[in-house]
Amino acid sequence: MTDRAPLISAELDRRDSSWWVDLAARLLVFGGGISAIVFVVGIFVFITTQGLEFTLQRLDWAEFFTSIYWRPTGHPPTYGALALIVGTLSVTAVAMAIAVPLSFGAAIYIGEFAHGRQREWLKILIELLAAVPSVVWGVIGLHLLSPLIQHYLQPASGVGTNLLNAGIILGLMAAPIITTIAEDALKAVPETFREAAEALGATRWQVVWRVVLPHARPGLSAAVLLGVGRAVGETIAVLMASGHAINLPKTLCDPVRALTATIAAELGETSAGSDHYQVLFTLGMLLFLITFVINLIADRIVRGARQRG
Amino acid sequence: MTEPAPGFGATPLEGRNNAIQQGVKLLFGLMTVVLVLPVIAILGTLVYEGGPALTLGFFLDMPRNGMTEGGIFPALIGTIWLTAGALVVAVPLGIAAAIYLSEYAPDTMLTRTINLAIINLAGVPSIVHALFGVGAFVYFLRFGTSILAASCTLAVMTLPVVIVATRESLQAVPRAFREACWSLGATRWQTIARIVLPNSGSGILTGIILVVSRAVGETAPIMFTGAAFFVPFLPQGVFDQTMALSLHLYNVSTQVNLGEGHKHLPFAVALTLILVVLAMNALAIFFRMRLRGRKRW
Repeated sequence: MTDRAPLISAELDRRDSSWWVDLAARLLVFGGGISAIVFVVGIFVFITTQGLEFTLQRLDWAEFFTSIYWRPTGHPPTYGALALIVGTLSVTAVAMAIAVPLSFGAAIYIGEFAHGRQREWLKILIELLAAVPSVVWGVIGLHLLSPLIQHYLQPASGVGTNLLNAGIILGLMAAPIITTIAEDALKAVPETFREAAEALGATRWQVVWRVVLPHARPGLSAAVLLGVGRAVGETIAVLMASGHAINLPKTLCDPVRALTATIAAELGETSAGSDHYQVLFTLGMLLFLITFVINLIADRIVRGARQRG
Repeated sequence: MTEPAPGFGATPLEGRNNAIQQGVKLLFGLMTVVLVLPVIAILGTLVYEGGPALTLGFFLDMPRNGMTEGGIFPALIGTIWLTAGALVVAVPLGIAAAIYLSEYAPDTMLTRTINLAIINLAGVPSIVHALFGVGAFVYFLRFGTSILAASCTLAVMTLPVVIVATRESLQAVPRAFREACWSLGATRWQTIARIVLPNSGSGILTGIILVVSRAVGETAPIMFTGAAFFVPFLPQGVFDQTMALSLHLYNVSTQVNLGEGHKHLPFAVALTLILVVLAMNALAIFFRMRLRGRKRW
């Protein structure tokens, strides 16, 4: 604040107590506003710096991205993250193969076909599906889905916690997000477009297929991307349902190990500052960057669509 | 479908289109059912397997015999501590941020960056939040592995939930209300405190409830920042470690060898956890519906 006192006479000076309260409140809420930026930058800085020394000086990047031998406690230790990266990607792929068709179907049904009370109930159920905690999903995978897979598919690996199990669990976890965002995208298509097509004699499905879906495409892509982000970042459920074995999966019934699950399983056994501790932060950095880029792209798609529309 | 009047029957093309229409509707309806069925199936199974174990003693006993028997009392108390801690940090900060974004923020680069940061904060994997908690709260701020560190980690993680819910309810208050207040000579803050906030109470409450639901269920962020496998006493202050319901569920499902006759334990703990979470979400839905039903402006 520059001193403007000479410019205003005493009786016009509105800087009474409520003026100062207003200023204080403005500064306070501004602090709250930038806290989100502070935390995102803070996460980036802390995760980078905790693993920086090891990552820059001793980590063999070629080995990190091409070797499947993740033996941080071996003699000598090896840090090949390929199997973990493939594990995360394969689980995410299976999850999306399950979640995307179901979610789009549900979004179209809820948004375009269902009415009134039925629509409200379906939306509530989808919301409750999103609320089930990660660790409960893990218990479902471990104690319910795993015996079912063992019984009906009789996998060669002999374990029911595998790629398929984790994929189903993650698919169900990502589905509510995809459904909600896809339904928002459908809702954003102007009602006049639908009315114009219906006036030409199109059935509801023709309206959806020829008019609504093409216009909602950016929003639908964003929905898939955010679902991918959720699946990549999911931790406890994957840890419990995937079998957690270092392995390049060849079939759906092979156990796999994800990046997130590796951090969760190993961080507790490391001492702060050790190579093992630092390399886990390197994995964290990788995850942070993946989800950051996904969110950035999704945001751009949505924003671009809004500006054009 | 009613019988068409003579001369107004569907042409073969229209007939085919109608058939496709019905088929598609059925298909998508089924897909929706496949998606919502797990909620009902999960709840049903948990009630069937774990329901009988939910006695008063289960909630009020200490775990016994290497956690294979007994109750969940310390985990329940610990979760209350952690959730309360997360609320104390996240709610004021989130409401302040929402007020700034809804009432003050100009459409500038900074505001767009804040919005992007909120989206990203919500998208960061929970285990990365855990790493941040370890680096920032446990070591850098020297909180140690404690309720304080775990609560702060949960608060950072749930901050976007408070901000988004509060901002939405603030923006739902019509601009005319604010203008009427300003025209009487009120400052911006007086307008916010007397007009805007009182009119968006239900929305803010919804946000708070959703934070509780989220904080109760999260496991990864508290695993390394303050929650422990077993603590034989209840927490006395924010610098103590504690047990927590979500981590306890993880431990009894994976780390403990349950003998015959105790296989129901994970289901009972899972049922407790999911009942708390679903009750919170049901409450949030109720408040939102009441809000929508009552406010007509």
